Amino acid sequence: MTGTGYAWEFSFLWAYRGLILSGLAVTIAYTIGTILLGLIVGLVTGLLRLSRNPMITAPLVVYVEIFRCTPLLVQIVWFYYALPVVLGIDIPAHVAATLVLSLYTGAFYAEIIRGGVNSIERGQWDAARAIGMRRRQVMRHVILPQAVKRMIPPFMNQSIIQLKNTSLVSTIAVADLLYQGTIITAATYRPLEVYTMVAVIYFLVLFPLTLAAQQVERRLARAD
Amino acid sequence: MPAGAMIEIVDLWKAFGSLQVLKGVSLRVERGSVIAIIGPSGSGKSTLLRCINLLEDPDRGHIRVGDREMRFGEGIRAKRGDRELAAFRAATGMVFQHFNLFPHMTALGNVMAGPTIVRRMARREAEDIARALLAKVGLADKAGAYPSHLSGGQRQRVAIARALAMNPTVMLLDEVTSALDPELVGEVLGVIEQLAKEGMTMVIVTHEVAFAHEVADLVAFMSDGVIVESGPPSQLLEQPENPRTRGFLARFHRFMGSFSGPT
Repeated sequence: MTGTGYAWEFSFLWAYRGLILSGLAVTIAYTIGTILLGLIVGLVTGLLRLSRNPMITAPLVVYVEIFRCTPLLVQIVWFYYALPVVLGIDIPAHVAATLVLSLYTGAFYAEIIRGGVNSIERGQWDAARAIGMRRRQVMRHVILPQAVKRMIPPFMNQSIIQLKNTSLVSTIAVADLLYQGTIITAATYRPLEVYTMVAVIYFLVLFPLTLAAQQVERRLARAD
Repeated sequence: MPAGAMIEIVDLWKAFGSLQVLKGVSLRVERGSVIAIIGPSGSGKSTLLRCINLLEDPDRGHIRVGDREMRFGEGIRAKRGDRELAAFRAATGMVFQHFNLFPHMTALGNVMAGPTIVRRMARREAEDIARALLAKVGLADKAGAYPSHLSGGQRQRVAIARALAMNPTVMLLDEVTSALDPELVGEVLGVIEQLAKEGMTMVIVTHEVAFAHEVADLVAFMSDGVIVESGPPSQLLEQPENPRTRGFLARFHRFMGSFSGPT
C-alpha cells in the first residue's frame, strides 16, 4: 500500500510475457532496420550535400530540414493517413513506419556526416591537393578517415534516441513494445503497472548502450 | 620553353569578394634559383604562392610552371578539370605555415601518400623513396611516429619531405617557420638551405629577412597586392630604393643591427 491507497500489482504481467517479448522484438527490429536504412539515406544525403552544385544540394536541404523541423509523430501520422491520399495508393502501417523512421533519422545522420567532413581543417584539403590529389582521393584518403572518428559519438547518440523514437509507431498500430502495452492495458485496466514496466524495459535496453557509447567516446578521445 | 625561367607569372590578379588581393603581379623565377618574397602581412604574399599551384583560382593573368601553362581571365571562364588541376599541383611542391600533416598517418605514411595515392607507385618503391627523404631531412628514426608525437620543427621537416616525394620541379614555401618556436627554426631553415644548394627552384614567403639574405638569389618586396621592388638581396635588403621597402625593412634593421644569417 502507498499513501494514495493504490495497490500496485505487477504479477499479472507474467501472463502477458509472450506479448511483451514480441513487442520488444518488433521495437528492436524497427530500431536496427531503420538505423541501417537511415544510415544509407544519411550517407548519400550527407555526402551529396557537400557538392557545390545547388541543383543537387537544394532539394536535399529541403528534405533534411522538413524532417528535422517537424515532429516525428506528425510525420508518422501524415505518411500513414495523408500520403496515401496524395499518391492514391494504399500504404500499409509497417511500410509507413519504416519509411518515416528511416527518413527521419537519415536526416540527422546526414547532418552528422556533413558536419564531420566540414569539421576537418581546411589545411588538410590544401596539403592533400598540393601533392596532386584529386577531390575524390582527398575525401577518401585524408578527410573521411579523420571525419569518421568525429562522427562516431553523435552517430551513437542519434542511434540510441532512435530506439525511443520507434515507440511512436504504436500510434498507427504497429505492434511494438508500447503498442503491446496499450493492448495489455485494455485487457487488464492496469495502465500504471503496464506503462511502468514498458519504461523499465526501455531503460534496461538503453542504459547499457549509453554506457557503452560513453566508453567508445572516451577511447576515441584518448586516441587523438 | 623559354630558356632559364622555371616560373613565369604575368599580370596576375586575384580578389576575394570585394577585396582585391593581387593587383597585377608579374614574376620570373630562373631555373635553380631561390626567390624570397617579403612584405607586411596582408600584402598578398601567401595568396600569390597559393595561386602559383592553383590552390586559389586567379581572376586574370598567366602562370607558367616548367612546361605547364595556364591562362586566366574573361573568356577563359571554362572551369578547369579536377584532373588537370591535380596534375599541375603534383609538379609543384608546397609547404605550409601550419605543416598540415595528415594526423592519421605516420611520418612515413605522410611522405608516401603522394607517390602511392597520386602516382599509384608500388608501396615498396614508395617506402624506399620516403625513407630516403626522411633521412635527408634528418628524421630517419621518426618514420613510425605520428605527427602528434613530433615537435613543430620535425613536423615541418616531414612536410618538406612529403612535398619532395612528388619530385616537384619547384618548391613553394609559405612562411614555413612562422609557427615554430624560435629554437626550432634553425633545423627547418637548414633543410631549405640544403635544397637551395642542390639547385631546387624555390619561392619562399618569409619573415626571416636574415635567412632571405643568405639563401635567396632574388628578394621581392610585396605590398598592397603588387611587387614594389625586387633585386639581389644585398641590394634590396641593404639599399632599398622604394620608400615602402625602406619603411618595412627599418623594423628589422632596428632589431637585428646586421645580417648575420640564421642562428
